[in-house]
Amino acid sequence: MSLITLTGIGKSFKVAKRSAGFAEAVKALFVREHTIVEALRDISFTVREGEIVGYIGPNGAGKSTTIKIMCGVLVPDAGACSIMGFTPWKDRVRYVRHIGVVFGQRSQLWWDVPVIDSFELLRDIYAIPPGIYRKNLDMLTEMLSLADILCTPVRQLSLGQRMRCEIAASLLHDPAILFLDEPTIGLDAESKIAVRNFIRTINRERGVTVILTTHDMHDIEALAGRILMIGKGTLLYDGSLSELRSRYGTQKTITVDYKAGASPIDVPGVQCLSWSSGRAVYTFDSDRIDITDLINRLSAGGELADVEIGSPPVDELILQLYKEHRV
Amino acid sequence: MRLYFKYMSILFKSQLQYRTSFWLLCAGQFFVPFTVFAGIYFLFERFGKLPGWTFHEAALCFGVIHMAFSVSECFVRGFDAFSNLIVRGDFDRLLVRPRGTVIQVLGSNFEFTRFGRMLQSAVVLGIAVSGLSVQWTPAKIITLILMIFGGVAVFSGIYILAATFCFWTVQALEVANIFTDGGREMAQYPLDIYAKWVTRFFTFIIPFGAVSYLPLLYILDRTDGPDLLYMAMPLASLLFLLPCLAVWRIGVRRYRSTGS
Amino acid sequence: MNAPLSLLKMRFLTGLQYRAAAAAGILTQLFFGLIFIMVYVAFYTHNGAAQPMSLKEVVAYVWLQQMFFALIVLWQFDVELFELITGGNIAYELCRPWRLYPIWYAKLLAARLSSASLRCLPVALVVFILPEPYRMPLPTSPAAFLLFTLALLSGLLLVAAISMLVYISVFWTMSPVGSVLMIAVAGEFFAGMIVPVPLMPGWMQTIAGLLPFRWTVDFPFRVYTGHIGVREALAGIGIQMIWLAALAAAGEWLMGRALRRVVVQGG
Repeated sequence: MSLITLTGIGKSFKVAKRSAGFAEAVKALFVREHTIVEALRDISFTVREGEIVGYIGPNGAGKSTTIKIMCGVLVPDAGACSIMGFTPWKDRVRYVRHIGVVFGQRSQLWWDVPVIDSFELLRDIYAIPPGIYRKNLDMLTEMLSLADILCTPVRQLSLGQRMRCEIAASLLHDPAILFLDEPTIGLDAESKIAVRNFIRTINRERGVTVILTTHDMHDIEALAGRILMIGKGTLLYDGSLSELRSRYGTQKTITVDYKAGASPIDVPGVQCLSWSSGRAVYTFDSDRIDITDLINRLSAGGELADVEIGSPPVDELILQLYKEHRV
Repeated sequence: MRLYFKYMSILFKSQLQYRTSFWLLCAGQFFVPFTVFAGIYFLFERFGKLPGWTFHEAALCFGVIHMAFSVSECFVRGFDAFSNLIVRGDFDRLLVRPRGTVIQVLGSNFEFTRFGRMLQSAVVLGIAVSGLSVQWTPAKIITLILMIFGGVAVFSGIYILAATFCFWTVQALEVANIFTDGGREMAQYPLDIYAKWVTRFFTFIIPFGAVSYLPLLYILDRTDGPDLLYMAMPLASLLFLLPCLAVWRIGVRRYRSTGS
Repeated sequence: MNAPLSLLKMRFLTGLQYRAAAAAGILTQLFFGLIFIMVYVAFYTHNGAAQPMSLKEVVAYVWLQQMFFALIVLWQFDVELFELITGGNIAYELCRPWRLYPIWYAKLLAARLSSASLRCLPVALVVFILPEPYRMPLPTSPAAFLLFTLALLSGLLLVAAISMLVYISVFWTMSPVGSVLMIAVAGEFFAGMIVPVPLMPGWMQTIAGLLPFRWTVDFPFRVYTGHIGVREALAGIGIQMIWLAALAAAGEWLMGRALRRVVVQGG
């Protein structure tokens, strides 16, 4: 059952043209010239209940515009959007009750007071019944290890601690959908893993649908079964990560460590990325080159100490996609 | 309504974190307008009276307007400081919550240091009342309270208009201060001492006159018409405030369709 | 090149860029000036004859106040300087090869000059052509105007010296708001910013006479209107100089003590 349906969403912005020079500035006092920037064109996709979707794309591609439309903040110029039976921008107050939003850069907590005070005010804003609030608070405190920091003012928290509180704050009212905008940006490794684990758990155990925008491809690898990629305002890719891998992922790298000084081996169809005495890195197309055969050939150069075969990182895959669509 | 008080208490707690700064600003908010009042006192001492007004009558006018101003500066600060909200992009955060924009903007900011000015206004009102030979009937007391509320409505309306302006540009915002600070400077004196066109503008367009001058005449027993008319005059400020709120809604709608 | 002078020039030029703020400021000055004059007109219709200052002189006073507002007002917050004092970065300033007092003084001076130069001329253009009784009167004589210019400039130097004392006091109070409050509230009043000094009650005028503040506002403006005659004006400029020397010396000395404290305590 589709929870989220977007059909033919389009959005353009009028951007004032600013030119340099005094004459232009004077003219600008009287007449403002505008260019029309098409931020979104014919965006259509559906999301089923319980999915985790990674929404990626280069900066300025239209990611935040789409998110704002889905949150009811922005009104599109064309197209239709139905989320849980609501049209987000039309039924804003009633609809927004069912979503949670985390903007990575901006805080939704009140800065100078303890975290718990912010939570309680959110409880009043969302009119959460006390029993449910208590239950959710306890669960979130445990799952995100907030017990020690609940009474600390937000301004004294580290970024990792703050992000955990932000995510908790967005889930207090039992939203069905969670929108996360760059949730792991700036976090240390431990916090990133904690956040990812939490999102996976909340999705699995409570069926929260998650829409996640991120530039960190490890987030995508860890969480997103499905990727939506947007570039220059249009949807370029809608599918799973494994599909992406199979499309572009046949390029593999092989790293061989030699025991003693070895000589470089030239293998047809295989490109050498780097060579130093002791280690050689090659890339090859795993569809066309047999791996066993390759290792045999490479061992002719010297005694092998270690062999490692790697898939290209997700970053590379995405880059390929960008290149293909020229964004 | 309860939510409004919740917003207030969280921001009060917030501001109290900066204790010394709070009290100092509060003190400043008391002394600065007090020097203005002292100036008026000295001028009255020298000149005796304004045409048609004694010192205590003028003090009543002064106290009412300053009380209205400080109350609105404290409790409607959300709209007064709205430019910060917009520039930092925090207005989107408000749109994601299941509440109306007005209550959330109101709840976004309070300026409790204005208590200093409120205290000063109370002192001035006390001085005024002690020197006036007026019979204080319940009707007059109600009128006085309504005058203050009416003043708050007028100042709030100006704040709301200035905040709506921010949806288009944050540039010339200081001009709004001409109407708030300037309006206060002007209305703190009884309006009939000014030239006719000034009085008319500030009675019909930005209705300070309805809020301070006309009911003031009633309190000082200078009116002929029906009492109730003068008592209810301050409610005319709603005729100003409600259109301002309508303009605000237009501004929000525009923001949501053009994105900022 | 002389460090304080080059800083002065730089800060002045930077200040000229704030055009939008200046435009809004000009409108504000004009509006407030009109209100003040309207109030005085109302007062003067009742009992104007027997006053120490004529209405015309008061009108000139009010407009001069508005025109040169940025030059004379004590409520000023140079956020950079305050942060230097209350934060720890003052240590970096002490590493530089110049004395701090002249540097900061130049900065304060330049800020006032650039703010005022943007606003002064447009306001002047308007107020000289307003209808009576709001019109700005011309100076009573060329000598008066010349002396006025001198008095205003030395008043500016004096105001900067007073301002320096405010900033220096923050080394002890650690509260910018507190320091500005203490000095500016009384200072503005006794300068004649709320009410011209001659219109104050007698006892208050005596107090004002003992303080340096009136020499920044009340004195130069009344030279313009001729309320203060030529001879008195010349003597007054001399007194301004004496106050300037005293306050600058006090400022330098206090600053030296404050900075030594910083070095000893580590900021």
